Amino acid sequence: MPEVSSTAHEAETEALTSEELLVEEVSIDGMCGVY
Amino acid sequence: MGATGAATFDLDRAWRVDPRVSMRPEPFGALLYHFGTRRLSFLKNQTVLAVVRSLAGHPSARVACLACGVTEAELPAYARALGALADSRMITERRADDSGA
Amino acid sequence: MILAPDMAPGGGVPRPAASPGRLTDLFQLGLDAPICLTWELTYACNLSCVHCLSSSGRRDPRELTTDECKAVIDTLERMQVFYVNIGGGEPTVRPDFWELVDYATAHHVGVKFSTNGVRLDAAAAARLAASDYVDVQISLDGATREVNDAVRGPGSYDTALRAMGNLRAAGFTGFKLSVVMTRQNIPQIDAFKAIADSYGAQLRLTRLRPSGRGADVWDELHPLPPQQKELYDWLTAHGEQVLTGDSFFHLSAFGSALPGLNLCGAGRVVCLIDPVGDVYACPFAIHQNFLAGNVRSAGGFESVWKTSSLFASLRQPDTGGACRSCGFYDSCRGGCMAAKFFTGLPLDGPDPECVQGYGETALASVSASPVAAPRPSVDHSHRTAPARSRAGGAVPVTIARRRPPAHDCDESPLAGFAAGPGPAPGCR
Repeated sequence: MPEVSSTAHEAETEALTSEELLVEEVSIDGMCGVY
Repeated sequence: MGATGAATFDLDRAWRVDPRVSMRPEPFGALLYHFGTRRLSFLKNQTVLAVVRSLAGHPSARVACLACGVTEAELPAYARALGALADSRMITERRADDSGA
Repeated sequence: MILAPDMAPGGGVPRPAASPGRLTDLFQLGLDAPICLTWELTYACNLSCVHCLSSSGRRDPRELTTDECKAVIDTLERMQVFYVNIGGGEPTVRPDFWELVDYATAHHVGVKFSTNGVRLDAAAAARLAASDYVDVQISLDGATREVNDAVRGPGSYDTALRAMGNLRAAGFTGFKLSVVMTRQNIPQIDAFKAIADSYGAQLRLTRLRPSGRGADVWDELHPLPPQQKELYDWLTAHGEQVLTGDSFFHLSAFGSALPGLNLCGAGRVVCLIDPVGDVYACPFAIHQNFLAGNVRSAGGFESVWKTSSLFASLRQPDTGGACRSCGFYDSCRGGCMAAKFFTGLPLDGPDPECVQGYGETALASVSASPVAAPRPSVDHSHRTAPARSRAGGAVPVTIARRRPPAHDCDESPLAGFAAGPGPAPGCR
């Protein structure tokens, strides 16, 4: 079972805007211009 | 989104990109598409792309990050990023008998 | 963090890892290849839906051959286009349909095909259930036969439900049930969800646009302002369970953005390849003003995507134009380019259905102009489609053999060629 590092836990409690995330997921259906 | 990954992602394990993932570099970073899950992820800079590409060649994600120039201060952000990719099954843990190629 | 407006397309400016920025800003400048695209395989169709965005019905004699289609697939593979939405017309009426689907999936191009269900018998359903890489989208525009068939024609409701039953029986779950939202069917929104649930399908709600034959029925069918709010609230309540194809980013001004990229993808992350190989910015903009090139040209699709001047201009950063001073521009991005174009509105102004009401104001101010709104350049409608009869409160539209003039001045040599400010909308 992976251990939770304290650093990661602190980081998780920050409110993050999507601007700050290095990885974002979007649905493959999330692009306008495809019917 | 992302929070679960950050809490459970283990930087000290060996990881690799799932073979069903297509990676496409772009000027801003890269697109990853998983043909099995049909999920689409965006890597928003070149460093995280370099880390993901190099995962299979390093004994741990932490080593891969450092090898790609990620600083200690930046590691939490990269752990969150890799956690998000693990959540969506873009990257999976390497087993001991994986060649890592 | 907003990218500098003079940054060249494709230029890789290094960014600090701490602030990568918003996806919408990163994408504004375009990508080396589309993420996904719509590929209309044929203009032939067994139906004559009143709002058909591609004005389909009759096959075009110049449609791409099987080998030409395979060459397109080879290009998409090389460019790593992840998936294509194969549509039409009705794509399954092409004799080589399955051959092309199999070729695509064998060449690392995922496929979703969009169908009215006419050829989705038990055998087809079994074939689909056995494949991991082919997704299906069934079109339905009414939760009842009455509402649906008023738009899609007699028998179309039964055809769609039969196809869905075949998919369910074959164990194919998660296929898409795709609905174009209209004034008539928004009241049925919960019923659509129930239908999708009962077939193990995922509901997909999309926007009606004044494109193709849609231009003729848009005034009567497009949602009324209270219905737009109702739709937005319903979508927000249903979250990511219900797909939208990012159709409703113009409704973002009601509150939080709906799931999706929330930007116009035309020429930036998506495009259309039509049955004769013409490449348009998007399937809602089948008009010469949005024609980027043709796959039969020397460099093929790749060259069109990367070097067409139309796409280069679409990839310039969008500064908002007349919408710049509106506080909601950042979330609604000025709405849909095609919706503006085909209602005669300027592209750098509000969407005709702007939730703040600026679109209505803009439409009123162009209605005094003697120049007609642009008409589709391409029309493959059936010539012999019968006039549709009214059916107890259903859509009061007819399918005419020839389109009536949009405006008294439509016979002018400039009709259909006007783009930008000034042209009048269609019959009001």
